[in-house]
Amino acid sequence: MNLNSNIPEGPLAQKWQSHKAHIKLVNPANRRKYKVIVIGSGLAGASASATLAELGYNVSCFCYQDSPRRAHSIAAQGGINAAKNYQNDGDSVYRLFYDTIKGGDFRAREANVYRLAEVSGNIIDQMVAQGVPFARDYGGLLDNRSFGGAQVSRTFYARGQTGQQLLLGAYSQMSKQIGLGKIKMHNRHEMLDVVLVKDAEGVPHAKGVIVRNLLTGEVEKHSADAVLICSGGYGNAFYLSTNAQGCSVTAAFRAYKRGAGFANPCYTQIHPTCIPVHGTQQSKLTLMSESLRNDGRVWAPKNKDTAAKIRAKQMKATDVPETDRDYYLERKYPSFGNLAPRDISSRAAKEACDDGRGVAPGSGNGVYLDFAESIGRLGESSIAERYGNLFEMYERITGENAYKTPMMIFPAVHYTMGGLWVDYNLMSNVPGLFVLGEANFSDHGANRLGASALMQGLADGYFVIPYTLGNYLAQVGAGAPALDNPAFAEAEASVKAFNDKIMSVQGDESARDLHIRLGHILWEKCGMARSKESLTQALAEIPALREEFWKRVRVPGDSKDLNIELERAGRVADFLEFAEVMVRDALQREESCGGHFRVEHQYPDGEAKRDDENFAFVGVWEYQGENKAPTLEKEPLKYEEVKFATRSYK
Amino acid sequence: MSSEGMKITLRMWRQKNKSAPGKFVEYKLSGVSEDSSFLEMIDILNEMLVHKGEEPVVFDHDCREGICGMCSMTINGVPHGPERKTTVCQLHMRKFKDGDVITIEPWRSKSFPIIRDLIVDRGAFDRIIQAGGFISARTGGTQDANAILISKPVADYAMDAAACIGCGACVAACKNASAMLFVAAKASQLNSLPQGKPEKDRRVLAMVKQMDAEGFGNCTNFGECQAACPKGITLDHIAQLNRDYLVAGVKKTLGLLK
Ligand SMILES: Cc1cc2nc3c(=O)[nH]c(=O)nc-3n(C[C@H](O)[C@H](O)[C@H](O)COP(=O)(O)OP(=O)(O)OC[C@H]3O[C@@H](n4cnc5c(N)ncnc54)[C@H](O)[C@@H]3O)c2cc1C
Ligand code: FES
Repeated sequence: MNLNSNIPEGPLAQKWQSHKAHIKLVNPANRRKYKVIVIGSGLAGASASATLAELGYNVSCFCYQDSPRRAHSIAAQGGINAAKNYQNDGDSVYRLFYDTIKGGDFRAREANVYRLAEVSGNIIDQMVAQGVPFARDYGGLLDNRSFGGAQVSRTFYARGQTGQQLLLGAYSQMSKQIGLGKIKMHNRHEMLDVVLVKDAEGVPHAKGVIVRNLLTGEVEKHSADAVLICSGGYGNAFYLSTNAQGCSVTAAFRAYKRGAGFANPCYTQIHPTCIPVHGTQQSKLTLMSESLRNDGRVWAPKNKDTAAKIRAKQMKATDVPETDRDYYLERKYPSFGNLAPRDISSRAAKEACDDGRGVAPGSGNGVYLDFAESIGRLGESSIAERYGNLFEMYERITGENAYKTPMMIFPAVHYTMGGLWVDYNLMSNVPGLFVLGEANFSDHGANRLGASALMQGLADGYFVIPYTLGNYLAQVGAGAPALDNPAFAEAEASVKAFNDKIMSVQGDESARDLHIRLGHILWEKCGMARSKESLTQALAEIPALREEFWKRVRVPGDSKDLNIELERAGRVADFLEFAEVMVRDALQREESCGGHFRVEHQYPDGEAKRDDENFAFVGVWEYQGENKAPTLEKEPLKYEEVKFATRSYK
Repeated sequence: MSSEGMKITLRMWRQKNKSAPGKFVEYKLSGVSEDSSFLEMIDILNEMLVHKGEEPVVFDHDCREGICGMCSMTINGVPHGPERKTTVCQLHMRKFKDGDVITIEPWRSKSFPIIRDLIVDRGAFDRIIQAGGFISARTGGTQDANAILISKPVADYAMDAAACIGCGACVAACKNASAMLFVAAKASQLNSLPQGKPEKDRRVLAMVKQMDAEGFGNCTNFGECQAACPKGITLDHIAQLNRDYLVAGVKKTLGLLK
């Protein structure tokens, strides 16, 4: 694998400017000769599609939902970061850059992160120009709130629906281009393979995709000059997560099977404030935005007996006297308090529950997020103004009124920092295959800070890819291959064979049941805390489960027709294979960093112990063929600007 | 919740495709937890069907947290079911009683053709947005975000309108199958903001034209759309759209719009 990061020369703060000034451009009159395939219509895919179409490229965009507006970016609640320093509280591009590097536990690439911080301000300008109704103060200026891991207020928000508003903004720009015929939108299509076609020197380039029309079951071939994967994260490997039902690793994983490196798959983010699991019929977990920690205080009872009484419903949260409450984040991290980063807050919640102080009936897995103090200070109406829709959502799901009694929360799988490996230009090791948004690995290291994913998706789509894609296209020249190229036939046949294989099993178990079992393995053994022992067990259990899948899965109906069980089974099959890569990665990383906590590697006070000497690298996995172990390659992380430091939020 | 859970009888609309005749099929479920969401209850049914080798009920859903607008079904005659301002994915079984019989159907509107079982084609909504539901803002070259001052009431009004999730419940609830609430919400958001003013007239004319071309019915102010809207979009946006449309129409007649 070629893992050259292609980071431009020069001082960190000038790399992007100078790169933009020197890379190749496609002349406006020639752009219409190029065709670009975009997989996904979330913030990354929609912003890329809209901008590329506006520049004059012909774009074909695919999503599995019935409309591009429904991509899971829509669900982001809390906000989007930008180094605008509108609050005059000491923010700057450098500070956002540094916070992101530190938040990512020194496992992200400096140059990429700096660029992200640098373009962040433009994103807000762009979104406002599109009509995104961000929150404003009475003077008409934009308002900000704080998010975890930062000591400045740099998060822009639109009530508790920031992702929705940003996505609808990007969708509107995309819609304009669809109306103009520059984007061809393919709703309800799922990408199942990328097609690589060799150039004159015999180097394979990504030149197309194989998709399945989910309404008709028809398998289609599409060719282009380049392919952009913007397919989101793989948190649903765990079955229960805050992701949407259709989120999967499929697009990224099928690209991996064609040779794209998968970077840092073990870096998964477990979000500290989600509504706890209620029972076995549950299909998803619901996030309660991190922004709530601006005004909510996290606590668990100090006393195990008190917790036991609450679990047995003999006592209520409001009955617990102040003296018996442990506001553990405020106690352990006085300078960040309730706004400690996610990985740290999640682990602290787990610790309290493992210690027998959890309060959720049944499992015990729950702690409190309490607004009583801020309601006392600011009044219920101020809290309702800020978080009303979240309180309503909480009540709908749990039947409880969080103005009167604290919310009960517990960590849940939320985001995946790992993803397909990309260089500075967002191109994978496969030429012509670009990866944007959550689907790539690039900017968040081992832990993402809140409100930075929306920023990254839009930075990638609006402000990075229009330049870097042009640079690639100008070099290869226009000319999407004809569909009768044998590479298309081969890929199409392999997709059909895969689907037929699933259909042919006709066993006695549903894909969902098998997925639930995979989720248990990953959550227990590769979740918030991992050990050599648990990971080794997982590495034995996952292949066994996979084997069971291929013997027992039952998919009714026909593959050449709308078939929701076939869709599900295909995604589960990929998760079953991918999970193993994830576990291998967690096993090789003999250190704790960010969302990856290895119990063997911790300080006596329970804080994560990084090993910069041996693990300051991106772990990139290369597919070696069916039933063969993938191989690991390493991209060393060199820090020129910042110095490794133990991450402390105390 | 009792350990056995609830017993529920479903009268479920099953239809193979657009042209095939559909019918209600009865299914009996037991052991449904009252903490489960309505869609999780349908998951239980589908698991049962899959284990029997029968085809599951096809329904649209994705985020399951009330924001993507994908879930869409009429429950006992009410789009999204009995709980106000709640999408069906956020509706929980505690709102029903043990032993209930529940009738489930797709959105009914000729502009939303049925695809299978509970899923319909809502492409008309996308096409209305494509016609004019945007502010033209080329990437790059925009001014600083704080250079445009927008007073809080205006920003709040725009946000109220922008909360629409495009689910189509308004159309399903309306006896005329009018899409006015959907169109008005988007037009109101964009027209009320200073950034959206330059294209205001063009926008309303284009969106309304497309709405009519899609075959949606007229609005006769019954207000069922508002009652069914899971996001609480109100009728005053329709009034606003009517005014904006009138003004744009007059300007067009006078030859003031190019
Ligand atoms: C509940 C929740 C709240 C969040 N809140 C915040 C927040 O407040 N701030 C923040 O910064 N981040 C937040 N995040 C994270 C952030 O929303 C996501 O990381 C980001 O939106 C991902 O954008 P994306 O464009 O990469 O992918 P997505 O928005 O997930 O889009 C993926 C797209 O790919 C398509 N797709 C996927 N696979 C295929 C396939 N095989 N074939 C065809 N199409 C495919 C889908 O249809 C979809 O269009 C939150 C995430 C969640 C889940
Ligand atoms: S599934 Fe997204 S709104 Fe219901």
